[in-house]
Amino acid sequence: MVYFILKRLVQSVFVMLAVAFLAFSLFRFVGDPITQMTGVETSVADQERLREDLGLNDPFVFQFMRFTTDMLQGDFGFSYRTRQPVAEMIADRIPATLELGIVALLISLAVGVPAGVYTALRPKGFATQAILMTTLVGVSIPTFVIGIMLIFIFGVQLGWLPTFGRGGTVQIGGWESSLFTIEGWRALLLPAITLGVYQLTLTMRLVRAEMMEVMRSDYIRFAMARGVPMRKLHYRHALANTMVPVITIIGLQFGGVIAFSIVTESVFQWPGMGLLFLESIRFVDIPVMGVYLVVIAFFFVLVNLIVDLLYVAIDPRLRVKDV
Amino acid sequence: MVAFLKRYEGLWLFVHSPAAIIAAIVAMLIVSGAAFAPWIAQVNPYDLSSFSLFDGLLPPFWQEGANPQYLLGTDDQGRDMISSILYGVRLSLIIGLAALAIAAVLGVGLGLAAGYYGGRFDAIVMRIADVQLALPAILTALLIDGIARGILPASMQQDLRVAVLTVAIALSLWVNFARTARASTFVQMNKEYVQAAIMMGQRPSRVMFVHILPNILGPLLVIMTVDLASAILLEATLSFLGIGLPADSPSLGTLIRIGMQFLLSGEWWILWFPTLFLVALVVSINILGDFLRDVFNPRLR
Repeated sequence: MVYFILKRLVQSVFVMLAVAFLAFSLFRFVGDPITQMTGVETSVADQERLREDLGLNDPFVFQFMRFTTDMLQGDFGFSYRTRQPVAEMIADRIPATLELGIVALLISLAVGVPAGVYTALRPKGFATQAILMTTLVGVSIPTFVIGIMLIFIFGVQLGWLPTFGRGGTVQIGGWESSLFTIEGWRALLLPAITLGVYQLTLTMRLVRAEMMEVMRSDYIRFAMARGVPMRKLHYRHALANTMVPVITIIGLQFGGVIAFSIVTESVFQWPGMGLLFLESIRFVDIPVMGVYLVVIAFFFVLVNLIVDLLYVAIDPRLRVKDV
Repeated sequence: MVAFLKRYEGLWLFVHSPAAIIAAIVAMLIVSGAAFAPWIAQVNPYDLSSFSLFDGLLPPFWQEGANPQYLLGTDDQGRDMISSILYGVRLSLIIGLAALAIAAVLGVGLGLAAGYYGGRFDAIVMRIADVQLALPAILTALLIDGIARGILPASMQQDLRVAVLTVAIALSLWVNFARTARASTFVQMNKEYVQAAIMMGQRPSRVMFVHILPNILGPLLVIMTVDLASAILLEATLSFLGIGLPADSPSLGTLIRIGMQFLLSGEWWILWFPTLFLVALVVSINILGDFLRDVFNPRLR
């Protein structure tokens, strides 16, 4: 058990190093950092002195090591565009994206799991066929079109919900949250649904497939024969056993949720990391691009570690065996 | 006729699947409309002299105030919507198909070689593939686009936009091909015909491309259809985000982005017709992909 977690930790460190290397290469080889930092009036001698001062003439490996240590100490450098520290810029944007992503994930679970169970238990019902058809179309419609449709229906036609921004936010510690005001929730709803739709269909199909598989197994038949009440049978015996693959996929998809929030944030002008990333691409703001990449990878690695720990909580067999 | 159809199982299944037939018809219509756009479209959306501002913002034909010459209405510049859409689909398809071709050549080549040689080469290719799979395609494409902006001189940016976009999409899609080709190659490697070919001393390239490749085309074809849909969606998304193509050479995504500006005013057709074409195209390609998967996977029948 301890060995398993340690192994995962080492793997995670290697993934982070690989991503840091990618970000570093971006810094170093896409455009010249010196020309980005200085103006046209800077003399060549000054430029060379700056290059020497910043250590850009040092061997590559040393530069990379310095880069990594700086990052570990929270020093992410400065943006070419705004001249602000990148760490601050990103930290300001993280709450918006995380809240959006997590609410989207919760929506997809709250709807996807029951829908998956229902369609698995009544495979021939009319509602099942309707749900399955809808998800097939839903998968083919691009995220931004779903966003536009929601804006059109609920924002423009019905006028129920705001279509851009975060509504009211509250400062809690350094965390700017929109989860504590009604305005904030109203602004959050449409983007979260947009982001959650794809995850929802995925969760539903997965739960359905797993559920149908489990319902055919011997222990369920035996429980049925023993006269276990159907409700308990479905939710305690069957559903609990579908959770391991479901959690794995959701964990793997969380990186996708954060990445797709780039599109959702753009449609709804949601001031999160994705919008910042888009701006940094448009202005070739390499430091911000690189750090965004590292932060995304960090979330990805973190979520996967949590998923591994959750296995242990869900599947008692893992606690005994030393895998 | 029936006997002929039964000999070709795929065709037999096809005429018995109404969804696949409808999808094929819709896809054919849109694709041929795009292919013949320069001859069908009454207006060339790239040519400023072929339309006039006086025809701007006309609604589609069934609404009041429409000019029957413009069936689906016009945009704010007076461009005929049908013409813009046909040219837009044309551009989207060109980019999608080119990206797909690059991804397929790269992915299948690497996958075949990885499956054939195994060992260290295989390990390296698959580790790269793993890392890339962890990053969603849209993120990869955005990054490559950003890097290209940093490397290319400003004067070439505009001219190379289509090429950059194509390469960005191709590089985010090759992994699927590589993994499928590799897995299928592994299966074929154990077959006697491949072993015989190797024993006879044929060159590796000949064994890979003449012997193995034809036998793994089935699954690759499925990936190709599904990835064509992904490529079109990716291009549309990038252009929608304003990272892809500029407004003077609009693809479907760019048209939708422009149409977004009319979301709050009454000119709904500028937004919804391009959207409708995009969704119809992608949905029908996806349905065809599902159908092909069933044909090549008899277990699912």
